[in-house]
Amino acid sequence: MSAGTTATGPNRKRTQINWFKYSSPQTFFPLAAKLAPWFGAAAALLCLAGLYISFFVAPTDAQQGDAYRIIFIHVPAAWMSMFLYVVMAFWAGAGLVFNTRLSGMMASAIAPSGALMTFIALWTGALWGKPTWGTWWVWDARLTSELILLFLYFGFMALQAAIDDPRRADKAGAVLALTGVVNIPIIYFSVQWWNTLHQGSSVSMKSAPTMAATMFAGMIVMALGFWMYSIAVTLLRVRCIILERERRSDWVAQYARTLK
Amino acid sequence: MLTALRCVIARDLLLALRRRSDVLTALLFFVIVVSLFPLGLGNEPNLLRTIAPGVIWVAALLSSMLSLSRMFSEDHADGTLEQMLLSSSPLGMIVVGKVVAHWLVAGLPLVLISPVLALQFDLHQSLLWVLTLSLLIGTPVLSLIGAIGAALTLGLRGGGILLSLLVLPLYVPVLIIGAGTIDIASAGLSAQGHFMVLSAFLVVAAVFAPLAIAAALRISAE
Repeated sequence: MSAGTTATGPNRKRTQINWFKYSSPQTFFPLAAKLAPWFGAAAALLCLAGLYISFFVAPTDAQQGDAYRIIFIHVPAAWMSMFLYVVMAFWAGAGLVFNTRLSGMMASAIAPSGALMTFIALWTGALWGKPTWGTWWVWDARLTSELILLFLYFGFMALQAAIDDPRRADKAGAVLALTGVVNIPIIYFSVQWWNTLHQGSSVSMKSAPTMAATMFAGMIVMALGFWMYSIAVTLLRVRCIILERERRSDWVAQYARTLK
Repeated sequence: MLTALRCVIARDLLLALRRRSDVLTALLFFVIVVSLFPLGLGNEPNLLRTIAPGVIWVAALLSSMLSLSRMFSEDHADGTLEQMLLSSSPLGMIVVGKVVAHWLVAGLPLVLISPVLALQFDLHQSLLWVLTLSLLIGTPVLSLIGAIGAALTLGLRGGGILLSLLVLPLYVPVLIIGAGTIDIASAGLSAQGHFMVLSAFLVVAAVFAPLAIAAALRISAE
């Protein structure tokens, strides 16, 4: 970058970071190691705070009793399941367009977290449905499309696992991930489009949430916690993937020597 | 460009004609799967009438999926696919030809035989054309989406099972709307909305799927 020549003083020079530097696996590897503990700590703090708010501060719901408290896990997990798919598809698409190695690695590192979030959303949804709706599962539009999302994650991971060449695995996974992106708006708007059992969203950008402020705060804090957790775990996972794929390069050999 | 399209369709149809048993196997599979349900669930007419649309749609979906893995694999094995990739005609057009041929061989026969099977389930006569029309619009979508999976799993070990894992989730919206069309019509309501959504699927798939198939083929043949 031309940062060195345009900078007027030494201070300016120091603050400029060349982000493209970190698009190479070799430079991203130590950065991920530095960032992961911070995100992990943030995740732990936010989740603890969120759980405290959701169990001790938020009031009992007038209609659903204490059973509603599972939404503090359920809603953030459901948000993350969709968000992570979009992020995964973004990295996969970036890898396909710009042919960068790290993007594909990021996509495959995100997939297991996304599948986990989808599974948690489905599982807690079932636990919530039993006392509230009287059934573990209904074939409602949102539940079904969330289940499809889980299958899409599984399909993505299975396809990548079946291909030995990592570059081909990245590209093939990218095409699949981008095809599956169609499902995300379907899940998100399913509650509005089809008038089914799953209740409408209580939180929206346009109007005030139709729930107590403390409930809303608990949900947001938990969602942030899940987000931080996903970033931390993805960074750790991408480190493993980098090591595995770059195992024949010199810098990995040097790194391995420092571990001994 | 259209010459290439016509050539690919004619070639694939000729190949299918030379090996009629493949076409008949997929059709027989469809008929047998549909016939298994009354045997397994009992012959209560009301039940059969209710499940008929779903059963026929699921069977059509599975049957059209069975023949997917053959869509590109033989061309890949004998080198034709590489020639197609190198050809001066746009790959998207060639791919459309392959999909059309697949639908004519694996989709259209199912559409044509479905009213007969629906009669076995005592589906009301006014619903027969709804079922046939829904399959007529829906099965090309299945071929288009399936071709993406077929291109992605080309030459992989365990390709068949993997293909179903990739493709079946993407088939679900088509299945829901397709089978829903008959349910709506049997309730005495207008099925026009469902037909429009199904047609929208077809239009969107016809525009975007060839791009994805072509990209997947290039990746697989690298």
